[in-house]
Amino acid sequence: MRLSVDHRTIYRFTEPQSRLVQMLRMTPQNTHDQTVAQWRIDIDCDARLRQGRDGFGNAITMLYIDGPIDGIEIDVTGEVLTSHSDGVVHGAYEVLPPALFLRPTETTAQDKAIADFAARVTTPAQGRIGALHRVNEALHERFTANPGRPEPNLGAAAAFRLDSATSRDFAQMFIVAARSLGAPARYVSGYLLTEREDDHRPTPHGWAEAHVDGLGWIGFDPFTGDCPEEHHVRVAVALDAAGAAPVAGSRLGEGGERLEVDVVVSRDGQ
Amino acid sequence: MGKQAFDEIMGAPGDTRVRPELAALGRWIEETPDAELRRRQQAAETTFRQLGITFAVYGENEAAERIIPFDIVPRVFLHDEWTRLSEGLVQRVEAINAFLEDIYGERRILKEGILPEDLVMGNAQFRPEIAGMRPPHGVWAHICGIDLVRTGPDDFFVLEDNARTPSGVSYMLENREAMLRLCPELFREFRVAAVDSYPDRLLETMKSVAPHGVSAPTCVVLTPGHYNSAYYEHSFLADTMGVELVEAADLVVDDDVVWMRTIAGRVKVDVIYRRIDDDYLDPLVFRPDSALGVPGLIAAYAAGNVAIINAPGNGIADDKAIYSYMPDIVKFYSGGECKLPNVETWRCREPQALKYVLDNLEDVVVKLVDGSGGYGMLVGPTATKQEIEDFRAALIAEPHRYIAQPTLALSTVPTMAESGLCPRHVDFRPFVLTGSKGVQVVPGGLTRVALKQGSLVVNSSQGGGTKDSFVLMADQSQRMGAGGMTQALGGMTQTLGEGMPGPEAQS
Amino acid sequence: MLSRTASSLYWLGRYFERADFIARLVEATVRLDVLSSQPAGEAAWASALAVTETDEAFAKTGVPVGQRDVVRFLTLDASHPGSIVRCLDMARNNAKAVRTALTRESWTAINRAWLLFENRATPGSTTAQLNLVEAVKTESRGFEGAIHRMLRNQTTWFIRLGQAVERADNTARLLDVKYHILLPEGQKLGGAIDRDQWTTILQTVSAVTAYRWMYNDGLRPADVIDLLLARAELPRSLAASVEETVDVLNLLAKRTGQHGEADRMARLRASRLGRTRSGEVIASGLHQYLQAFIQENALLHGAIGRQFKFL
Repeated sequence: MRLSVDHRTIYRFTEPQSRLVQMLRMTPQNTHDQTVAQWRIDIDCDARLRQGRDGFGNAITMLYIDGPIDGIEIDVTGEVLTSHSDGVVHGAYEVLPPALFLRPTETTAQDKAIADFAARVTTPAQGRIGALHRVNEALHERFTANPGRPEPNLGAAAAFRLDSATSRDFAQMFIVAARSLGAPARYVSGYLLTEREDDHRPTPHGWAEAHVDGLGWIGFDPFTGDCPEEHHVRVAVALDAAGAAPVAGSRLGEGGERLEVDVVVSRDGQ
Repeated sequence: MGKQAFDEIMGAPGDTRVRPELAALGRWIEETPDAELRRRQQAAETTFRQLGITFAVYGENEAAERIIPFDIVPRVFLHDEWTRLSEGLVQRVEAINAFLEDIYGERRILKEGILPEDLVMGNAQFRPEIAGMRPPHGVWAHICGIDLVRTGPDDFFVLEDNARTPSGVSYMLENREAMLRLCPELFREFRVAAVDSYPDRLLETMKSVAPHGVSAPTCVVLTPGHYNSAYYEHSFLADTMGVELVEAADLVVDDDVVWMRTIAGRVKVDVIYRRIDDDYLDPLVFRPDSALGVPGLIAAYAAGNVAIINAPGNGIADDKAIYSYMPDIVKFYSGGECKLPNVETWRCREPQALKYVLDNLEDVVVKLVDGSGGYGMLVGPTATKQEIEDFRAALIAEPHRYIAQPTLALSTVPTMAESGLCPRHVDFRPFVLTGSKGVQVVPGGLTRVALKQGSLVVNSSQGGGTKDSFVLMADQSQRMGAGGMTQALGGMTQTLGEGMPGPEAQS
Repeated sequence: MLSRTASSLYWLGRYFERADFIARLVEATVRLDVLSSQPAGEAAWASALAVTETDEAFAKTGVPVGQRDVVRFLTLDASHPGSIVRCLDMARNNAKAVRTALTRESWTAINRAWLLFENRATPGSTTAQLNLVEAVKTESRGFEGAIHRMLRNQTTWFIRLGQAVERADNTARLLDVKYHILLPEGQKLGGAIDRDQWTTILQTVSAVTAYRWMYNDGLRPADVIDLLLARAELPRSLAASVEETVDVLNLLAKRTGQHGEADRMARLRASRLGRTRSGEVIASGLHQYLQAFIQENALLHGAIGRQFKFL
C-alpha cells in the first residue's frame, strides 16, 4: 500500500524566544515491510538541521534556531510503501536487546490493576503470543477509542481508571500489561491510515510492540484492536510514549507556548 | 568491636613495636607532644575553613556548611605495597573501561553469560538513551575513584568502584599542602611521592581524549553551581588546571557543536569535565525538567564533537549490584585473575544469599544497591535491635535492592582523639586516570577515617575525617638532606595495557 | 571571560554600591530628622523612600511613615528588594558565583557586610541605627580598597562598571527628589534655604568638606547642584560616574578588542555632559534633565548587557 503522510506541527510562543533546540523523531526507516519512498522535513524559518540516531536506533533530526522567534512550523511530508506480514517486524534496526524493554518507566510503571486485568483475560494455555493477542482485544473492548490529543503526562495506571483512551494511552496500558506477563514491550510512534477520507487528526498515532522468543517483535494496536499491517507507518520506538515523542524541545525565553498538530494520512492513487 | 585490627603503623595485633619500615614515623609520633599535634591539626583546619573547603550536609539547612575534620597523623604506603596495589588498580580500571565499551556496544559479556542480562538491562544505571554511542578514543571512565579497605599488610579489598564523578581529590591535594607546611620534618624522613602534579595530569588526560582532529582543545569544568556541596572542589580543579568553570547556562549547543558564551562571543568547547549527574546533562534526552542541563549536549556527543568526562552511562560500571560480579568482569576482559579482590558479597536477590543474610543480620553490613554516602546502610554489629528489625522487613519486601557484606576488621591508623592518639578505622580512595594513551594511578589518594571509636563508617556526612596518604618512593636512602627540598620529584606510575587490550583496542 | 561571570561581577558592583548608597541615605536622613535643630519629621522619611523609589512598596505595608519603620524597611526588611539586606544578599550571591575570581579580601568585605544583618530583627535605637549604617559604610570602604588591590583586569573592571552605572543612577535620583521637595514650584532659587536639608544631600554623597573646598559662597543650592552634576572631581557626581563608565569600557574594549553600542552611548553621554552648564540645566528644568539622565542610564545598562552577552 502506498501511504502519504502530511504532519504539521506548529508552536506559538507568547513571548519571543531567544533560542530553540529541538530533537525531532520524525523520520521513518526502512524495514522489510516498510519502504520510505520519499520523506522531507521543512521548517518555516532559518534553522540548522543535523541528522543522527538516538540510543534506541531511531533516526533523529536536531533542530537549532536562533531567536528572537515567536513561533515555528514543522512540516513533515512523505510517502511510504507498506506490505503485509502479520504484525511481525522484520529487518528493523535494533540497538538494544529485548530484555531492556521489561523495564518500567514513570508512565509505564508496574500497576496492580492492569496486571490483574491481564491475568484475568488470559489463560496459561494460550501461550505467550495468544495471551498478548487476548490483552490487545480486551483493552480495545474495555475502552472507548478517543481520537483526540492525549493529555500530557497521563501514565498507564491513571489512564486505566478512565472510560476512554487515546492511542497513546491504549499503547502504554498494553505495554504495562505485556510486561506484567513477562513479555518485553515497547512504544511505537507513527501514523495510521483510517478509513475515513481526508481525515485530519490532532495527533500522530501510537501503538505497541511486544517481543516473543522465536518470532521477534510483534506489533499490537489496542486502539484498533488489531495487529498493525499495511495501514501503519512505523517511525520511532522507546520504552514509553515520551521516549518516542516526535518532538523533544527546549527553548530559552519567558512565557508559554501553544501547540497545534495536524496529521493527514491518505492512500495514494485513490 | 571485639575484633583486633591490623594497624598500618603499629603493625599486627599483639605487636609491641612499630612496623620496622616506619620506625621514623613511630618516633615522630612518640616524640611530638600531643598538644603540638593538636595545634598543627587546628592550624590546618583553620586554613581549610578560610579557603572555604566546606561541604553541605543533607538534611540540614543550607547554612550548615562544615569542614571535614583533618587528622595530622598520615597513613603510609610502603613502596612495594603501592606497586602491587597499582597493578591491581590499573587492571581494574582497564576492565571498567572495557566493560563500558562492551555493554553499550556489542554486549559480548552478556552473550557469553558472564553477567545475567536482566541485571544490566533492568538496571536504571544502564542508559539505553546512549546505547550505540561511543566516546572519543573509546575512553569512558577517565577518572575513577576506587574505594579500598585493608585488613592486613597485603590484604586489600575493593569496597566500591566510583566511575561516575568521584570527588575528594581536592582533599588529597589540600591535605598534602597542609602536611608540607605543618610537618616538614616528615618529608625529610621519608621520600614521599608528589601528588601536586594531579591537575596537570588531569588536564593532560582531558586533552588526550579531545575529539579527533582538534589540535588545541578547549577544556572546561561543568558545575551545577555554587549551591552544590562539592562546589569548592569544582572551582579548585578549574583554577588549578587553568580552565573555565562553567554552568549549564554558559553552554549552548548549535549545529551539534558545544560553545560557551563569553563576553567576546562564542568559544567552541571540546572537552567537558562534568560534575553533574547523567540525569541533568541534557533535558532533551534525560530528565526533561532539568534546568541544569545543556539541550543538545548528547547530540553533540553522539556526533563525536565533544568529549564528556566521565562518559554518560558509566553508572552501570559502579553499581553495587554489578560490583559483586567485578572479579568475573575483570577476568573476562583482562584474561587473567583479578588482582584486587572484592569484599565477599551476598546478593540478596539470590534466595540462598538472602537467607544467610537474614540469619546473620547482627554480623553483616547491608547496603542499598543504589545508595551512596553511607545512607540506607545497616552496620549489624553496632545497630540497635529496632534498626535490625527495620532492615529485616525491608529486605524481605525488596531483596533485590540490597547486598550484604561481612564486617571486616578494617585496618587502623593512630588518630588524634580526645584522650590522645588512638587507633581508628580507615579506608582509602586512590584516583586513577585514563586517557587515550593508557591508565595511570596517582601516587596518593584520600584516606578517610572513622573518628568515632569502633566505628566503621568513614563517610564525611556521617562523622568521618581525612588524613594525608603518603606513598613512599623506591629508594628511601637517597632522601634529600635537611634543609633541601621537602618533596621528592617524580610521581605517577603509568602502565600501558599490560597483556590486555586497552580500551582503544576493544572496538 | 564567561558572560555569566562578567554579569555576576557587574551586578555585584551594582548591588554593593546600592547598599552603600542606601546606608548613606539613611544616615543622612537620621541626622536631618533626629539630630538637627528643627526635626524634619515625616517629610524627611518620605523623601528617603522617594529617592529609593520604594514609597509605594512602603505604603503597601500599611505602616505610617516614621523614623523607626522606614529605617527598618530600608535596612532590614528582606521582603522587598530595596533594602540594604537584600542588596547585600544579592551582592553576596553574585560574589559566591564568581568566588574564585575575587581575592579573599574582597570576598571577606562582602561577607562581613552581609553578616552584619544576621539575626537582626529590629533597627534599635537611633545610635544603633547609626552604628549599623556606619558598619555597612566601613565594609564598603574595605571592599573598595580590596578592589583596588586586585589585579587590574576584566574582573575588577566589570565590578567598577557596575558601580559606576549604579552610582550615576543613585546620585541622579537623590538630586531629583531632594530638589523637588526643597523647591516646590514657584519658589525661587536663592531664596531662604533650609540649610539642614541641603547639608543632607552633601552628606549622602560624602561631599560636605569637598563642597567647602570648592565653593566659597557658603551653602547655595545652585552650587550644590553644580557639584553633584558637573564636577568630575567629586567621585559620586554624575560627571565622575559618567567618566568612569567611559574609562572602564575603554579598558574592556582594549582587552577584548571589541567596541560596541555601550562604548558609543557612554562616550556620547560623557561629551554631552562635558558641555553642560549646571546653570542652564536649572533654568531649563532640572527635573526633566535628571529624568532623561536616569532613562539614558537604564538604556546604557541594557546596552552593556547586550554588548557583553550577559545571560
